[in-house]
Formats: sequence, C-alpha cells, structure tokens
Amino acid sequence: MINTIWFFLIIVGILYGTLSGNLGQINNIILEQAEEGVSFGIGLMGIMAFWMGTMNIAEKSGLIKTISKGLRPIIGFLFPQIPKEHPAERWIVMNFIANMFGVGNGATAFGLKAMKELDALNPDKKRASNAMAMFLIINMSSLQLVPLSVIKIRHDYGAENPTSIIGITLLATFLSTLVAVIVGKIFEGGRRC
Amino acid sequence: MLELLSFSLVPFMVLIIVIHGYIKGVDIYDAFLEGALEGLKTAVKLIPSLIAIFIAIGIFRGSQALDMLITLLNPLTDLTNIPKEVLPLILIRPLSGSGALAAVRDIISHYGPDSLPGILAAVMMGSSETIFYTTSLYYGSVGIKDYRYTLKAALISYVISVFITVTICGLLL
Repeated sequence: MINTIWFFLIIVGILYGTLSGNLGQINNIILEQAEEGVSFGIGLMGIMAFWMGTMNIAEKSGLIKTISKGLRPIIGFLFPQIPKEHPAERWIVMNFIANMFGVGNGATAFGLKAMKELDALNPDKKRASNAMAMFLIINMSSLQLVPLSVIKIRHDYGAENPTSIIGITLLATFLSTLVAVIVGKIFEGGRRC
Repeated sequence: MLELLSFSLVPFMVLIIVIHGYIKGVDIYDAFLEGALEGLKTAVKLIPSLIAIFIAIGIFRGSQALDMLITLLNPLTDLTNIPKEVLPLILIRPLSGSGALAAVRDIISHYGPDSLPGILAAVMMGSSETIFYTTSLYYGSVGIKDYRYTLKAALISYVISVFITVTICGLLL
C-alpha cells in the first residue's frame, strides 16, 4: 500500500506541477527535502543514541522489567500473541509511556526496538503480524497527554488561556485511541498471527 | 501541573535509571555506550525512508496538488459539520507532522486562538499522529513489505476520530 501512496504522491505532484506551472519549484523541493531527510536522520542520531544508551542501563538493571510488569494485563489484551515476559512487551510499554509524555524521539527509539522484538516473533519476515499492526495503529492514534507544540502556538498568538485545550485534547486523544484499538481488533478478526 | 510533569519527566527518568543501575551494580557507563551505538545504527538505517517520504510529500505539497485536493474536497465539508477552515489540516495531518503544525499556526493566526476553528485545529493536532511517516519508518526498520490492514485501519480510525473531535468541540464550546 505504501507503494501505491508513494507512487500517487509523486505522479500527481509532478503532473499537477507541470500543468500548474510549478515544475520549477519541484527541482528545489527534491534537493531541499533530500537534504532535510539526511539532516533529520542525523539530528535523530544524537538523541536516539542517548535514549538507547540510557535504556540499556534500565534494561540491564531490571527497571524496565519491573515497570512493564504492572501494565501486563493491558499489554496482554492488546497483544495476545506476545508471550509473557518477552522483551517486546517492555519496549512497547516504554514506547507508550514516552509517547504519553511527549518524549517523541525517545518514543521512536523504543518503538523501533519493539518492532525488532516483534519481528523476531513474526513467522513471515516480509508480512506484518497482528501485533505489529496493533502497535502501529495505537501509535498513530496519538497517546500524547499534553500537546506542548500546540500550546506554544496558542500562547504565541495571544490565547486567553493557552492550556485550556488540555482537557478537550485529553478526551479526544482517549477516544481516538479507543477507536483505534477497536478498529484494529476488528481487522484482526481473531486471526492468531 | 501536567505541563510541569512533561518538562521534568526526562531529567527525572534519567536520574532514576542511573541511580537504579548504579545500585544494582550494572556497569552503567559501558551499558550506555553499548546502547548508544545501537541507537546510532538505528538512526542511520532510518535515513533512506526519511528521504523517500520527505521528497514524495514535498513534491505533493510544493506542486500545489495538495491545495487542489483541498478545493476538490470542499463540497464534502458542506455535507458534514466539519468547518472548512480546518480541512487543510485534516488532509495534511496523516502526511506530515511539520506541515500539520504549519497548518495549525496558519489557522490560529487567521481565525484567532480562541475561535472555533482555532481550538478545533489545536485539539486535532494534539489528538492525532503522522500516519504515513510512522508506518514506513517502523515497518521499514525491520524490512516488512506487506503492511496488511495497518494503513487502512489507521486511516479509518483517523477519520472517525476527526468526526469525534468535531463533535466534542461542538458540544463543549
């Protein structure tokens, strides 16, 4: 599916750019965005190294294991395919916690670790497992409790009370995650892997 | 209160982890280096998918194709109770996080932070994620080619949550 979307974005973009006379800009965009991709990746290196390093300490000291124990019932419901005490469980928990508190890059680092562990459990290396799909669907529903970037914008444009949206956002985030879990479970349809 | 918690979380987590590790007798320095190296490797592996996604979305936005799509979809907002001021945001959100943030800024500066579109945009931004980027990044990192129903389910959830958000804001404001 990403094949189709990628194809669609590029083809429609270039064709429409040709028709609307924006073709000249596309040259710049390709140069610019290629560079942006690299610099974003490099920008990610430092912080990913930091989080993976710190979390390796927490992994070795058994701290992550302790934390994820408390959340096992939820994880067990969402990801019935993951065996108990499997490392995937821990990284998923860490990813969810980091997401909730808006530690975006930390969440990415843990999420990628979780994917690696889920991949180890996946019998078909080219095909997503139910657990992977559920993990991503939940991630894409947003778990962040306090949207700091948005509050900053509201503050910049003189909102009466920039943080007044937190309550509604929490409700919306909770409901969107709930919807994501339900939709994910429907698509899963009781299949085991 | 929640804001304070958000700011203090990172230093606090680091503190707890380091202390816990030290007490448990872990070689914390070596453990850090080992994990950090893995973090670097992971970041490098992400760069190809970052470039691919950034370029495709950049072309789609820069050629004004996105604006065309928004114009095409305008009649749809008349059928539903979605204010059409937030339509650009709804379309950009699954594609690009920075693009979506720009759209939020645009809406808030146009209509004011305390207007209905302004608040709606802020809540939508806070309660959704960048779908295509996240999917290709995560699956790309472990070489998954067949995403199965992931994107479909995420998009369906997204559309439902847009309607829920619009309804909530309509009821509470």
